[in-house]
Amino acid sequence: MGFREMFYKNKLALAGLAIVVLLFVISLAAPLISPCDPGAIDLQNVLEPPSVEHWFGTDQLGRDVLSRMIWGARISLKVGFVATGLAILIGMVLGAVAGYYGGWVDAVIMRFVDVMLCFPAFFLILAVIAFLEPSIWNIMIVIGLTGWMGVTRLVRADFISLRERDFVWAARAIGANDARIIFLHILPNALASILVAATLGIAGAILTESALSFLGIGVQPPTPSWGNILTAGKDNIDIAWWLSLYPGLAILITVVGYNLLGEGIRDASDPRLKR
Amino acid sequence: MFPYLVKRILFMIPLLLGITIICFFVMRLAPGSPTDLQTQMNPKASAEMRQRLMSLYELDKPIHVQYVSWLTKLIRGDLGTSFSSDHRPVADKILERLPITITINLLSLVLIIAVAVPIGVLSAVHQDSLFDKVMSVIVFIGFAVPTFWLALLMMIFFGIHLGWLPISGLRSLNYEYLSTWGQWTDLAKHLILPVFISAFGGLAGLSRYMRANMLEVIRQDYILTARAKGLSERQVIYKHALRNALLPAITILGLSIPGLIGGSVIFETIFAIPGMGQLFYMSVMARDYPTVMGILLIGAVLTLAGNLIADVSYAAADPRIRIS
Repeated sequence: MGFREMFYKNKLALAGLAIVVLLFVISLAAPLISPCDPGAIDLQNVLEPPSVEHWFGTDQLGRDVLSRMIWGARISLKVGFVATGLAILIGMVLGAVAGYYGGWVDAVIMRFVDVMLCFPAFFLILAVIAFLEPSIWNIMIVIGLTGWMGVTRLVRADFISLRERDFVWAARAIGANDARIIFLHILPNALASILVAATLGIAGAILTESALSFLGIGVQPPTPSWGNILTAGKDNIDIAWWLSLYPGLAILITVVGYNLLGEGIRDASDPRLKR
Repeated sequence: MFPYLVKRILFMIPLLLGITIICFFVMRLAPGSPTDLQTQMNPKASAEMRQRLMSLYELDKPIHVQYVSWLTKLIRGDLGTSFSSDHRPVADKILERLPITITINLLSLVLIIAVAVPIGVLSAVHQDSLFDKVMSVIVFIGFAVPTFWLALLMMIFFGIHLGWLPISGLRSLNYEYLSTWGQWTDLAKHLILPVFISAFGGLAGLSRYMRANMLEVIRQDYILTARAKGLSERQVIYKHALRNALLPAITILGLSIPGLIGGSVIFETIFAIPGMGQLFYMSVMARDYPTVMGILLIGAVLTLAGNLIADVSYAAADPRIRIS
């Protein structure tokens, strides 16, 4: 069975794909579908429980929580893609170089990976954010810069198993240079596992962003993000459960979606890897 | 065993050096010179303080000299002085909070093993049963739940709605007046939610790993042999299979240590627990750079130590590891 048949037969993977597509649509259509302006303060209706007017209630400034969550979807999508894109780019290049050349280049890169993995990721991110300003761009870059190690190991392993294959020797025989062999001949064969790592990485980046924003070191108010709505939830924990419940559910569903999609791609691209 | 131990410890030295280099690099990220930042933020900063900071960072010297002198101080256990108003040595501030964080992390590890191992084993033994399917779903969701959100929900439910558990700190206000037994139960009640939340992330990972591992072990020839010689299913599973499936799980526990330590920032902040994680968060918010650097370093060293303990106990339990 080919990749497509395998993937389309996997109902859970399709459910994941549906969630991811839905989130894209919500993010793109945010200005059209959000019922209120996410920044519109209404001090007459502060901390209103969910009602027909405000499906998910209002926050401590009377802003519509549903609208803020819809705009928050944009933020998490942006953070997830940019941070993971950066991590994949770094991991792909370092892993490819380490796996292709081997020897001391490999040793240096992999020791660097080992050292980076010693740091609790969240500590490293927080420390860097402490030195820079907390802003959406900074957290995207920092999450990316601290998340490439897994991809490096993955790509390196793929390269080690591929570099002595006949097609690589054929490419060498016709005089292709190293860069051409690495990026045009070997890398396409490693794309499936990179795609899986990317999909699962987006889920991880969204979780990290929400935790940072929750702690007040991520996306800064008034820009809405799921994490910083939850901060308001904590501040009003004894009176406004809706501020805590819905944004967290949104994060949960999003992460489940990306995880299902990622595992679906993995199972379909290499049936041997199936759990 | 001894040569293996020596080899592992020697292997740690370049990693430790690497950790200090990265810490040093992160420290250089501060825009401008650290003295500028400090004096700009603090209107009371005097020339004397600026001078003290200059000598602390030795900013007038080339970068490798700065690194070496910083490292020398580090080896002597000098992590510098906190920028916060108490001006205490960073090492003291961290050390007094470290036991709380380590205790909670160890309790979480115990909880992870106690819960995840049985779940994984039972799921594997009864593969595709209702239990297995329900657990798979729970584990899958477990991977996706933001722990700080789960903490909020549990605070709302158990703390506010039911009123069963305290939601912040380690002690009640009347702690001093309680009997010894009362003090212990009070502490235990305060620890239930934080320990559960801190363990939660590891639960999903280990139970999934145990399941996969057990499934693989059950298919091995020696299990077939054990069955063939007429041992009861109980003995086959819990004596022959479990022991072999449990061994590699030690490594997974070692790998979960950075997550536990990193997570301490989140649960200690949410539950107002005076541990290292909370200190880290407060230092980040206050831009207390020496403390941030000190904790970053301690966190990495703890991870390294945890991995060493995991590797060594794995090697102690499984002679095959020592030879290869």
